[in-house]
Amino acid sequence: MLRADTRPILLANARVVDPARDLDVTGDVLIADGVIKDSAKNIRAAGVPEGTEVIDCHGCVVAPGLVDMRAFIGEPGAEHRETLASASQAAAAGGVTTVICQPATDPPIDDPATVDFVLRRARDTAIVHILPMAALTKGLEGNEIAEIGLLKAAGAVAFTDGTKSVMNAQVFRRALTYACDFDALIVHHTEDVNLVGDGVMNEGEFATRLGLLGIPKAAETVMLERDLRLVAMTEARYHAASVTCAESLEVLRRAKEAGLTVTASATINHLALNENDVGSYRTFLKLSPPLRGEADRVALVAAIKEGIVDAIISDHDPQDVEVKRLPFAEAAPGAIGLETMLPVGLRLVHDGSLTLLKLIHALSTRPAELLGLPGGTLKAGAPADVILFDPDVPWVLDRATLKSRCNNTAFDEARLTGRVTRTIVAGRTVYEYV
Amino acid sequence: MDARSTSAFALGQRHLLGIEGLSAEDINGLLDLSDEFVAINRRVEKKLASLRGRTLINLFFEASTRTQSSFELAGKRLGADVMNMSVISSAMRKGETLLDTAATLNAMHPDLIVVRHHASGAVELLAQKVECSVINAGDGAHEHPTQALLDALTIRRNKGAIDRLTVVICGDILHSRVARSNIILLNTLGARVRVVAPTTLLPSGIERLGVEVHRDMREGLRDADIVMMLRLQRERMNGSLIPSTREYFHYYGLDAAKLKFAKPDALVMHPGPMNRGVEIDSVVADGAQSLIQEQVEMGVAVRMAVLEALARNLPNA
Repeated sequence: MLRADTRPILLANARVVDPARDLDVTGDVLIADGVIKDSAKNIRAAGVPEGTEVIDCHGCVVAPGLVDMRAFIGEPGAEHRETLASASQAAAAGGVTTVICQPATDPPIDDPATVDFVLRRARDTAIVHILPMAALTKGLEGNEIAEIGLLKAAGAVAFTDGTKSVMNAQVFRRALTYACDFDALIVHHTEDVNLVGDGVMNEGEFATRLGLLGIPKAAETVMLERDLRLVAMTEARYHAASVTCAESLEVLRRAKEAGLTVTASATINHLALNENDVGSYRTFLKLSPPLRGEADRVALVAAIKEGIVDAIISDHDPQDVEVKRLPFAEAAPGAIGLETMLPVGLRLVHDGSLTLLKLIHALSTRPAELLGLPGGTLKAGAPADVILFDPDVPWVLDRATLKSRCNNTAFDEARLTGRVTRTIVAGRTVYEYV
Repeated sequence: MDARSTSAFALGQRHLLGIEGLSAEDINGLLDLSDEFVAINRRVEKKLASLRGRTLINLFFEASTRTQSSFELAGKRLGADVMNMSVISSAMRKGETLLDTAATLNAMHPDLIVVRHHASGAVELLAQKVECSVINAGDGAHEHPTQALLDALTIRRNKGAIDRLTVVICGDILHSRVARSNIILLNTLGARVRVVAPTTLLPSGIERLGVEVHRDMREGLRDADIVMMLRLQRERMNGSLIPSTREYFHYYGLDAAKLKFAKPDALVMHPGPMNRGVEIDSVVADGAQSLIQEQVEMGVAVRMAVLEALARNLPNA
């Protein structure tokens, strides 16, 4: 954990948005000793401690810092793609105060010593909180359960095989069963690898026109249905890492209605883009799972609104030029997203699909709850992980200005509305846009 | 060296990456120009000078005999200097080789590059990195525009026109760039297009490209004017798509009995190379209704027309 700054800060004259209390009002937020002291109307008039730095927000939004449940960081083993330090710079600029990094590193995070390494390196080099998910199976190979107990004790916040699905149902059942004993959250990428086959984008007319092999939606739904049958047998806490299509939402809805301990997230890319954005073989739009049709995107947004899908993730995946400047079928999947998740998410607020409260709930409050983290709210006593953003300022994204080590953004030259102006982690301002 | 084509047609674009985006006027302009080259190719003196001084590079990342030799001959008959490059490398390094090779070749100042690559979209990617004109000689399962143009020329010369003809494309549509380019071209010129294949060899959403879909070959061939057979691309088949070539031939191979369901004057085409006894019976392939040899002849003329029409846009300084 980052060392707290004890000096008091008053964020005055702000639009205070706190989904945990269903609060969207004009007011002030007082921070001191690395925690939130108070958020209410006109704290300033009531008097603040001596030496308080007063920041006039001019009506901009103050919200709890975002909690991103899925970002790939290449440390250890792929530092040319991203380090904990560079990822944290990107996160701070995007208003993400807690990043959950993925275990698909080299070596993978499947050993308590590696968890410890990541936590120490993050403490020493990162400017936001970075916490690891650990491998669900040893070596991410899908054959043997990882040391869930020891890994959790070392500080792993959840268990996942990253972008790999555990194809062996027996292994997955045992992992779910064993995880129950440690109250561990299992996060699973739901794609049947055989149905994915050699596919590289969503199956359908557009893939056919481009001459690319398609990935059917059933690849996702088949795996999700299997998982939920197993969850019903074990009562494990299960989280679908990235759902993309309307059929999966139906499956989730039924499971939730049946009372299963099931949650899910969707990536910001799948909420904002569809398969047509691939255009003429744009490899930055090659994602796993692939972008789907517009009807699926609309259904996904509705599912966030309804709470069928709980959280929005950046699915940040830095890929360098060598694996992206290739023919589409040969290019690596993935796009960066830490820095653009909030501005892109605000599109859904500006077009009337979501309220700002709902968006921040899915980006901060809900993921913090799922992971059992103390953030995600502006309640008194919560950690002072707070962001300040102007939801209405228009700008155009230039990927050369992004802070990630790779610039494979799906939103290059996109017109965005709203940007983060200040990010505070543990009471310390770590990013300021001037 | 005295002969010159009389048509002044030029393409309004730098590259020919696909049929998609070409208008009916573009296609007819290219076919008219091709007709002139057919006549020239049948003379003793076949050599023209319109590409004299130009350099044409044939860059093939996938083995090819007929397309490469057809482009080579077309370039030479127009007076260009032609260089053939076959780049066969390990699968992992192919993509990297593509852009490196593009940069290397670009530095040699070619005027035209003809590219074939196993990945869809690869030719377009390469075209972004060079300053000359690029012609797609087949990219993955995406497009093969000169094949569609030579098929159209063959049909037009035999049937007089293309609009209102019923053209049936049979076989491995899933892996076929020839099918995609032909579907787009034939629709642009007003033909009625059908596809016939087992559903495992039909790409999802194919009906949205403007074709009628048939699983029964006899049904699909009814009243057809043109029957285009496709090569079964067994080398691209990963996983179980058809149970055996024996069963495939039984249901989807073109033999004399099935051909009877088409119009009596129906003509048979195949882009080659043929798998005799798999998708087409030798009796049909070598029979009176077959245009397969004529397609090869038209190929040279069409490629001359494409090179000529693109070269007319090149700077002359």
